[in-house]
Amino acid sequence: MTDWIDIAPLSDVPQRGARVVKTALGCVAVFRTAKDEVFALDNACPHKAGPLAEGIVHGNSVTCPLHNWVISLETGEAQGVDEGRVATYPAQVESGRILLDRSFLRGRTAA
Amino acid sequence: MRQKLIVIGAGMASGRVLEHLFDAGADFHVTLLNAEPRGNYNRIMLSPVLSGEKTYAEIVTHDAQWYDANSVTCRFGERITAIDLAAKTVTAENGDVLAYDKLIFGTGSNPFMIPLPGHDLEGVIAYRDLEDTQRMMDLGPDNKCVVIGGGLLGLEAAAGMAARGVDVTVVHIMGHLMERQLDEAAGYLLRKALVDKGITVKCSANSKQILGENGKVRALLLDDGTELPCDLLVMAVGIRPNVKLAQEAGLAVGKGIHVDDQMITSDPNVLAVGECVEHGGAIFGLVAPLYDQAKVAAQTLMGQKAKFVQKELSTKLKVTGCDLFSAGDFADGEGREDIVFRDPARGVYRRLVIADNVVRGAVMYGDTADSNWFFGLIRDKTDISDMRDTLIFGPAYQGGSPLDPLAAVAALPRDAEICGCNGICKGQIEDAIAEGASDLGAVRSTTKASGSCGTCTGLVEQVLAVTLGDDFVVPAAASICGCTDMTHEDVRRMIKSQKLTSMPAVWQECGWKTSCGCHVCRPALNFYLLADWPLEYQDDPQSRFINERKHANIQKDGTFSVVPRMWGGITTPDELRAIADAADKYMVPTVKVTGGQRIDLLGVKGEDLPHIWADLNAVGMVSGHAYSKGLRTVKTCVGTDHCRFGTQDSTGLGIKLEKELWGSWTPHKLKLAVSGCPRNCAEATCKDIGVICVDSGYQVSIGGAAGMDVRETELLLQVATEREAIDVIKAVTQLYRENAKYLDRIYKWMGKVGLDWIKERVEIERDALVERFELSQSIYRKDPWADHVQTKADRYRPLANLALEAAE
Repeated sequence: MTDWIDIAPLSDVPQRGARVVKTALGCVAVFRTAKDEVFALDNACPHKAGPLAEGIVHGNSVTCPLHNWVISLETGEAQGVDEGRVATYPAQVESGRILLDRSFLRGRTAA
Repeated sequence: MRQKLIVIGAGMASGRVLEHLFDAGADFHVTLLNAEPRGNYNRIMLSPVLSGEKTYAEIVTHDAQWYDANSVTCRFGERITAIDLAAKTVTAENGDVLAYDKLIFGTGSNPFMIPLPGHDLEGVIAYRDLEDTQRMMDLGPDNKCVVIGGGLLGLEAAAGMAARGVDVTVVHIMGHLMERQLDEAAGYLLRKALVDKGITVKCSANSKQILGENGKVRALLLDDGTELPCDLLVMAVGIRPNVKLAQEAGLAVGKGIHVDDQMITSDPNVLAVGECVEHGGAIFGLVAPLYDQAKVAAQTLMGQKAKFVQKELSTKLKVTGCDLFSAGDFADGEGREDIVFRDPARGVYRRLVIADNVVRGAVMYGDTADSNWFFGLIRDKTDISDMRDTLIFGPAYQGGSPLDPLAAVAALPRDAEICGCNGICKGQIEDAIAEGASDLGAVRSTTKASGSCGTCTGLVEQVLAVTLGDDFVVPAAASICGCTDMTHEDVRRMIKSQKLTSMPAVWQECGWKTSCGCHVCRPALNFYLLADWPLEYQDDPQSRFINERKHANIQKDGTFSVVPRMWGGITTPDELRAIADAADKYMVPTVKVTGGQRIDLLGVKGEDLPHIWADLNAVGMVSGHAYSKGLRTVKTCVGTDHCRFGTQDSTGLGIKLEKELWGSWTPHKLKLAVSGCPRNCAEATCKDIGVICVDSGYQVSIGGAAGMDVRETELLLQVATEREAIDVIKAVTQLYRENAKYLDRIYKWMGKVGLDWIKERVEIERDALVERFELSQSIYRKDPWADHVQTKADRYRPLANLALEAAE
């Protein structure tokens, strides 16, 4: 059973951009694609913990600003020859609002 | 016994219900009430009526004769004031109480009017019915009209009025037209076609207020202060199901009137169809599902089992000359792949989105002849694995062996045109090859083929390959990235020669293989576009590396460094105090003096950036652009002010240069220095542009570097006055911006084009180059920090803070 938390209006995140949501255990990056889909991932690249929210968003991927690792927004997997994965969390847009599943807070508490 | 059926609303859905009933010979006595003073007409065809391609008479679906033949009691122009579900009666406007056995709601939808100040002025209308259409048709040629809304309806209204000679401007809040149905590339082509029809299109435009005069609309005011004068203003921003009557009657209503799969509302004797209903959380605006609903409603009324199922939808725009088609879901997604086909010369764009060997969505522009075939693949979830390679070319290419591109070129006749820009045919290229041209460069210089826009480069190479056989290997020029086969140089040439002023324009005209580029090509394109079209192109922060997006240098721990400008390396006690205060206030862990004669505050938190900037702005300090591919610093020595060897005021020149050049974007970082004498204390000869002052004037030299490569500058020109030195530097900077590859510093660019060519251009074109530089600076010579503090400070804060939120 999902328990959605209303985070913010979609328009607060630029298209092909991201903002962070602070939690007790670090930041989660919330991405908005050119197609207005949203994705939530840990804001730390599996390589050297670069802040993914500051990366360039293209298609459904983001490029880490530190060393150009390309991370899939859907799976959190590093693309190409790089290997690694960041945690992803359920996110959705409804009536122009960004919603995150409360379980991501639990998931992070357990982590 | 004959049942009494009352239908509220004579629209396309309820009309279709009646057709099904009568065709099946069902025994109903029908009373049809309609608020509009007419019967059922084909509302979708209002656009052709508006543009003059059809008349109202041609779009009437049911005329008086049809209603008569089917014994329908018509009460047109009559509203209903009340419904009593328990008594099963409706009350008409004139007080008549009519009994029913079954009742159908077909109340349709209402246009949504944005509650802008002035929306109730005379001359502000929606685009919904024949009355609205008539108002638009009555607006004579040469009048002005503004349409708010760049969706399907708004664009049809705009095109229809433009066809009647009206001066139309479309104002759309989103970045591209029809964003719900089209991706950016197709939106770009559509915009181009509409502009060709004389329609002005303003995207990313926010309406602020409708201005009036004597109670009548006069103009639309945008929030950037632009006033768009108009005699008529059409709002076409969307529709809302018309549920008022149903709500008052006590039926279950959400966004629309709730219906089940049999189209029955919360009352078993009341059905609803069309745009007024909500089924499974969805509401409906296109005609196909309305017809499906009508069929189900008719079957339900006749006691047959039927079920309404929502299906894939497709959209076509009814504007002559704009062929576009969109269907299914074309968003990117996990496991989804794109097949993109672009034919820039014909203005054709096709994109298929595929997952698990099934086509999930399609967007087509320019050539939609095969749209039904693609729609069928989506609807039927056809497995396309066998035809994947040729799928994008449509049904005509399925089956048979795949085409070899070289064979196709070999089959071209000698008079087939290869280079459209220069009118060069295959035969002329073959002749040039026979006379000794054996590579692309030679063919280009002897025939001019592929020398202008460059799109036929691949084709010319194929002619070379076919003609020379194994002697010719198609060279693999390094493309920008995996999104394109074109090189930086090719793309720059296209941007200039084809006047491409937006990113979707480049993606389309240069045949990009991805829908929206990647982190490699987007920053390069963003630079090329703003360098070549400073007024037309709007800088895209999302296509910039983080440092240029947040105007600070990202550090390895995700914090930033902040470097305020110190003009020519000169500072004051007040500035130093402000820097010291800021360092204390924001707990800056490291304060460092840089090589560019200024002070770096390292380790500032992203959230603090707007605050520290505001503090520095308060004493007049601005961004030092220490993070940019643009002008960094102008390093100076103290020159004649203090130095006993100084020949000129090197500090003063450095400050003037920095004040004129700051804010400019260049292909890579641009560092300058001015030394007051040949002792060169400012180290000007290892900068991108260096000035050495001598007794007789100023030696301007370029192409130095002190990084991975260490280079000494080479003399460009010696000039007599300070003003000339500044102009030469502006001119060479502009030449560099207009011609170099992104991420080439001046020395690399100089290595490709040669110092002699740069000298010649600067000497011949100096004034024009300076003028273009200044034009661009009129946009970019301003402090991004102050701008972000005022307009974007929110973006630097977390979107939300759930640190205190309990997990349960």
